[in-house]
Amino acid sequence: MYRYDEFDETLVRERVAEFRGQVARRLSGELSEEAFKPLRLMNGLYLQLHAYMLRVAIPYGTLSSRQMRRLAHIASVYDKGYGHFTTRQNIQYNWPALIDVPDILDELADVEMHAIQTSGNCIRNITSDPFAGAIAGEIDDPRVWSELIRQWSSLHPEFSFLPRKFKIAVTASAEDRAAIKVHDIGLRIRKGADGERGFEVMVGGGLGRTPYIAETIREFLPERHLLSYLEAVMRIYNRLGRRDNKYKARVKILVAEDAAEFRRMVEDEWARSDKDSLDAPLDEIRRIRRHFTPPKFDRLAAESEAFDAARAARPEFDRWVKTNVLPHRQRGYAIVLISLKPIGKPPGDISARQMDAVADLAERYSFDEIRATHEQNLCLPHVRKDDLFAVWRTLDAAELATPNIGLVSDIIACPGLDYCDLANARSIPIAERIAERFADPEEAADIGELKVKISGCINACGHHHVGHIGILGVDKKGEEFYQIMLGGSGGADASLGVITGRGFSSSEIVDAVERLIRIYKANRDDGERFLDAYRRLGPETFKEALYGDAAHH
Amino acid sequence: MATLRITDEGSVVDSQPKGEEISLAQWREGARPEAGRFSLSIPNTEDIDGLAEIVARFDGVILEFPHFTDGRAYSQARTLRERLRFKGEVKARGAVLCDQALFMARAGFDALEIGDGDPAGFIRALAAYSVFYQPAADATAPARVLRGAKREAA
Repeated sequence: MYRYDEFDETLVRERVAEFRGQVARRLSGELSEEAFKPLRLMNGLYLQLHAYMLRVAIPYGTLSSRQMRRLAHIASVYDKGYGHFTTRQNIQYNWPALIDVPDILDELADVEMHAIQTSGNCIRNITSDPFAGAIAGEIDDPRVWSELIRQWSSLHPEFSFLPRKFKIAVTASAEDRAAIKVHDIGLRIRKGADGERGFEVMVGGGLGRTPYIAETIREFLPERHLLSYLEAVMRIYNRLGRRDNKYKARVKILVAEDAAEFRRMVEDEWARSDKDSLDAPLDEIRRIRRHFTPPKFDRLAAESEAFDAARAARPEFDRWVKTNVLPHRQRGYAIVLISLKPIGKPPGDISARQMDAVADLAERYSFDEIRATHEQNLCLPHVRKDDLFAVWRTLDAAELATPNIGLVSDIIACPGLDYCDLANARSIPIAERIAERFADPEEAADIGELKVKISGCINACGHHHVGHIGILGVDKKGEEFYQIMLGGSGGADASLGVITGRGFSSSEIVDAVERLIRIYKANRDDGERFLDAYRRLGPETFKEALYGDAAHH
Repeated sequence: MATLRITDEGSVVDSQPKGEEISLAQWREGARPEAGRFSLSIPNTEDIDGLAEIVARFDGVILEFPHFTDGRAYSQARTLRERLRFKGEVKARGAVLCDQALFMARAGFDALEIGDGDPAGFIRALAAYSVFYQPAADATAPARVLRGAKREAA
């Protein structure tokens, strides 16, 4: 993992001192809420429906056990004993008091963390593949480049007042676990024609009101030029992004209007830029890379007798292994996913006690590493197969062993009307009720991979556009209604869901989802996922299941 | 208008304009300065790259922040300094708040119209950070360069 040196440490401490002064000016009345707002937003502090909300950055989703324990401590001391993992691999606290926030930031700085640029119209927390360094088939470690971008983008003097927020994601695998095509910039590490390493640069993806899949504006960018090229993209966006209408201000609008022209302008800007000055020196990239050398794995047999015996003896363990454990690139190891989607609870929530349990497990069994995923779960990236049973037992005791990764109850949901002042409808109760309907793990396993994503308004924080089943909450004459979208995907086969028709009331929506699943089960081929069945059968079959014959009139 | 001038020796406030001012629109309509010092004010929608020959004739450039959230002039200032190598004064006008002063200085501004803002607050804000991650238009060395220097010394 990356560790701060004196420069990183100093910058974060100076940031806390600056914000402490700004909070004091607010509390004394010297600053109005209006004047304070942009300052608090630059430190991840929102004013929500009921209270302040603090969003803490977890750069590219990586955490040590020490950091996780500190997050637990903050939840206990300054909040109501829990935190909420978000779709940007961050964590949010929903109930901090303003006067405590500088102290919270100091507590975070003690463990090399911060809340810089977790909100505001700047470059947000960099996201990446949660399995970086653990999964087979990576061309490089995407964390090296994510950290380089994190530093470059922090307090950037030119790009801190952009037309809108700006999100960058990095992956190094063919399979996309970072949803890079729905980011403002998606970077895919790849090999060039002569074996040289570089990036495919995609720009202009995004969800929100008008969703777009990103366009590739450069097939291959040599890796040494990453920062100068990003500067060129950002400068064109800063110059030309719309500022008169915040719903048309994201870079996706510029790219959608004329992708070829956008590419030409970026290339022209880049051609004239001072690359020697802007690009990171090779020794700096090497320095960062040294922080991500692989852990000292033991030389193990591919199979573990203890593991196989435990699977045979304990069906619940076996079921959990089938859904929550993935192959590791190192023989004898596995990747463990910890579901934060227990049946009937808010997606992404975790108590302080559970955070401590995860920290203990990471320290003992996973080389001290934890990852947060953009699907609002956690991951222990490097667990010996021999240890899986012990890990499962501890997770089970902490109520963290729900065997539902990738299944119908592994739902992404935004905070919705329960917390958010933008929302039109509640999201969390819908997620809870769908999960309860499919609580039987046998049935959920039989349905197979099914990504349900719920947003409480068109800003799409719950990523409903890329759900196999997407659900969008709308307000209809003061009543909450839910529209269904089908066929979305945030993976390498990215696609946007298509709306099916009229919305459903809160009391109808779970039945509607069940009808979709029933028609899928009745029509699927052997081993065919919901998404693939939808793509093969087309929308009409599913619309008919939702609306009956009415769909044809 | 009270202007904070940022120099290597520190920052000072004065209200004296440095010569006369004309706008880019006036220039385009044919206005030509005769003798003395002149500054050119440029709207934040202009592509600075296309103005190289014009700005070269001026002692100073004034760039606009219609609202503090409108950051286009940061890109203009860096382009002026880093690509056009403009050596005269680059002044920020409009919504110039102390909490953005350091970004402005790093982007290449060396004069800020602070109006009735508290000069002490601006001077404090300009010194709030000692570490910077990225190269920009100012003279500060980014952390990655300092790290390299430290390794060499070791």
